[in-house]
Amino acid sequence: MLVIKDLQASIEDKQILKGINLTVKPGEVHAIMGPNGSGKSTLSAVLTGNPAYTVTGGSVEFYGKDLLALSPEDRAHEGLFLSFQYPVEIPGVSMVNFMRTALNEKRKYFGQEPLSAADFLKLMREKRAIVQLDNKLASRAVNEGFSGGEKKRNEIFQMAMLEPKLSILDETDSGLDIDALRIVASGVNTLKSKDNATIVITHYQRLLDYIKPDFVHVLYKGRIVMSAGPELALELEEKGYDWIKEQVDSQQ
Amino acid sequence: MNNALQQYIDLYDESREVLEQQSPALLNNLRREARQALENARLPRKGSEDYEASDLEVVFAHDYGVNVNRLPFEADPAEAFHCDVPNLSTCLYYSSNDAFHSSATAERNIGQVVVAPFSMAAEDYPELMGAYYGKQAHLQDPTVALNLLLVQDGLFIYVPDGVVAERPIQLVNIFNAALDMMVQRRLLIIVGKNAAVKLLTCDHTQSPDYHYLSNQVVEIVAMPGSTVDYYDMEESTPLTRRVSSIYVDQQAGSNVLINGITLTNGFTRNNYHVEVNGEHAETHLLGMTIASGEQHVDSHTFISHNAPRCHSNEMFKYVLNDKAVGAFAGKILVKPDCPRVEAYQGNRNLCSAPTAKMYTKPQLEIYTDDVMCSHGSAVGQLDEEALFYMRTRGIGIDEARRLLMQAFVADVIDGVRLDALKDRLHYLVEKRFAGTLSNCAGCMTACKKS
Repeated sequence: MLVIKDLQASIEDKQILKGINLTVKPGEVHAIMGPNGSGKSTLSAVLTGNPAYTVTGGSVEFYGKDLLALSPEDRAHEGLFLSFQYPVEIPGVSMVNFMRTALNEKRKYFGQEPLSAADFLKLMREKRAIVQLDNKLASRAVNEGFSGGEKKRNEIFQMAMLEPKLSILDETDSGLDIDALRIVASGVNTLKSKDNATIVITHYQRLLDYIKPDFVHVLYKGRIVMSAGPELALELEEKGYDWIKEQVDSQQ
Repeated sequence: MNNALQQYIDLYDESREVLEQQSPALLNNLRREARQALENARLPRKGSEDYEASDLEVVFAHDYGVNVNRLPFEADPAEAFHCDVPNLSTCLYYSSNDAFHSSATAERNIGQVVVAPFSMAAEDYPELMGAYYGKQAHLQDPTVALNLLLVQDGLFIYVPDGVVAERPIQLVNIFNAALDMMVQRRLLIIVGKNAAVKLLTCDHTQSPDYHYLSNQVVEIVAMPGSTVDYYDMEESTPLTRRVSSIYVDQQAGSNVLINGITLTNGFTRNNYHVEVNGEHAETHLLGMTIASGEQHVDSHTFISHNAPRCHSNEMFKYVLNDKAVGAFAGKILVKPDCPRVEAYQGNRNLCSAPTAKMYTKPQLEIYTDDVMCSHGSAVGQLDEEALFYMRTRGIGIDEARRLLMQAFVADVIDGVRLDALKDRLHYLVEKRFAGTLSNCAGCMTACKKS
């Protein structure tokens, strides 16, 4: 579904991604790990179309379409979702209004009628249960005053509502206690199917105990320098990144 | 140097007899004082103190008609125009151009609340009229003096002691004359001890083709323990100009909320002058402006804390697009020997186009030690991170901007203490940002003409 070829991107003239190659197929879970500053979050920002970043080379195909040519909202409609590392607070915009607008914009994109108020509320109830998100949170402004754990649960709730084909979880485990981590992970696993795929960006093995990856990639200095099966995550947990850094730096 | 006031002074001098014949003696007495006050007066030019952004000389210089002879306008405004704020179960009054429609010319007692034109109130309530009419309005302000000089009628609203008005009172002011016209609008609102009332005025313009100027003065007396809500909404046209001055006398324990809303207009200058004269009074002064095109909205506020242990809360928000100009100047004065005053002022502005301009000037002047006061002013753009976050959820850029702009003004609307109006305002603001709010929404005749 996703084919990234030699993707290069910069922010404010600083080159961050220096040639990423990655292919993701339906049903797969990919973990992207790597030391701080290696470009993990930049990759997710570029894939979702954050205007702060400039693509300087390469291509990204999503179900055969040129993803980079689409606006962020159209990428969402086509089935791309990003769970933010730092979900944004939007005072004054209620979760209900936010989600209803998002869903109806997607329906409009596919030429469908807006969802009725009753159907929408029913859907909200159903999906809320997946991440045990309190009704009180759903009636508040988007992420405003949510705790760290609530924000992340809210991200997965939105993912459940929008039913994306490809979800990128950007450090969804950061700032979560063990219980919240289990809830979030079980939400992600509930939503997993043979037709959708997940890219998990994380520093730690911990999350991968709950969300089992098929592939683990190590991103360093803007490139994927190593790809392997889930055993690589365990090795990284044990040995750290230094041995990979040395290996890469000595080759250069 | 030109003096736009001169044409009105000349008009008064020529028409004095006619004016006086048609008006109660009370109005005429003040007319003479106003004439004196205007003798050497000048309208403020742009750049003069308190008028950083607005030029009143230009506003008044236009050759407007003034309906000295009280010629009636035929159309029944209630039939011709449906205000954008319907279904509030209000006691509804109309003025078209400078005259109150028949609905208001017969004195109406709603429960024990009195709503009557000045001509009748001067006869039936001479003591109240005499005690309060023109007592707060400053003749040093030439626009206020001009209002007193030429005003021929106004609406008198009186809520006796202890009476709680059951229904809100709504006054719909409509411009629909088929000529350029200036009117002097006038309200006197007296709310007795422990009485309560909610008022809503809606300024509309039905004919987009003519230049209109509304020069209005509102005086509110809030007696001890009273509660007064005054919502003042403008939905007019690019050729409509409005200069409005609201004066409030707040006595002990009174609770006054004023919310000035501009959705569409041409040129507007709103002056708010609140004297907090008694202890434990509470003041809420709110304002919301949504301006695009070449709309110009200038708010000037002054809250004077003259008594201890009072609380005032002020918040004005502007959303400006295109070449719109917004201005806010707010001053809070805490006089000596007024401990425990709490006064907060805020002015937040969104410029959603680089061509929009905002002038802002917050001021605090405090002469007592033991007070809590703050002011803050900010001009900014929409939050890029929030926009991107919304877009990743599939909300298109235009819709995302609208949601954020609506969210920005939401707290000013949520300050409305009248649920039906609050809901309606959220709806109108949504339409305004979507660009589908037009005068045609309420206008029944203009569309038929075209």
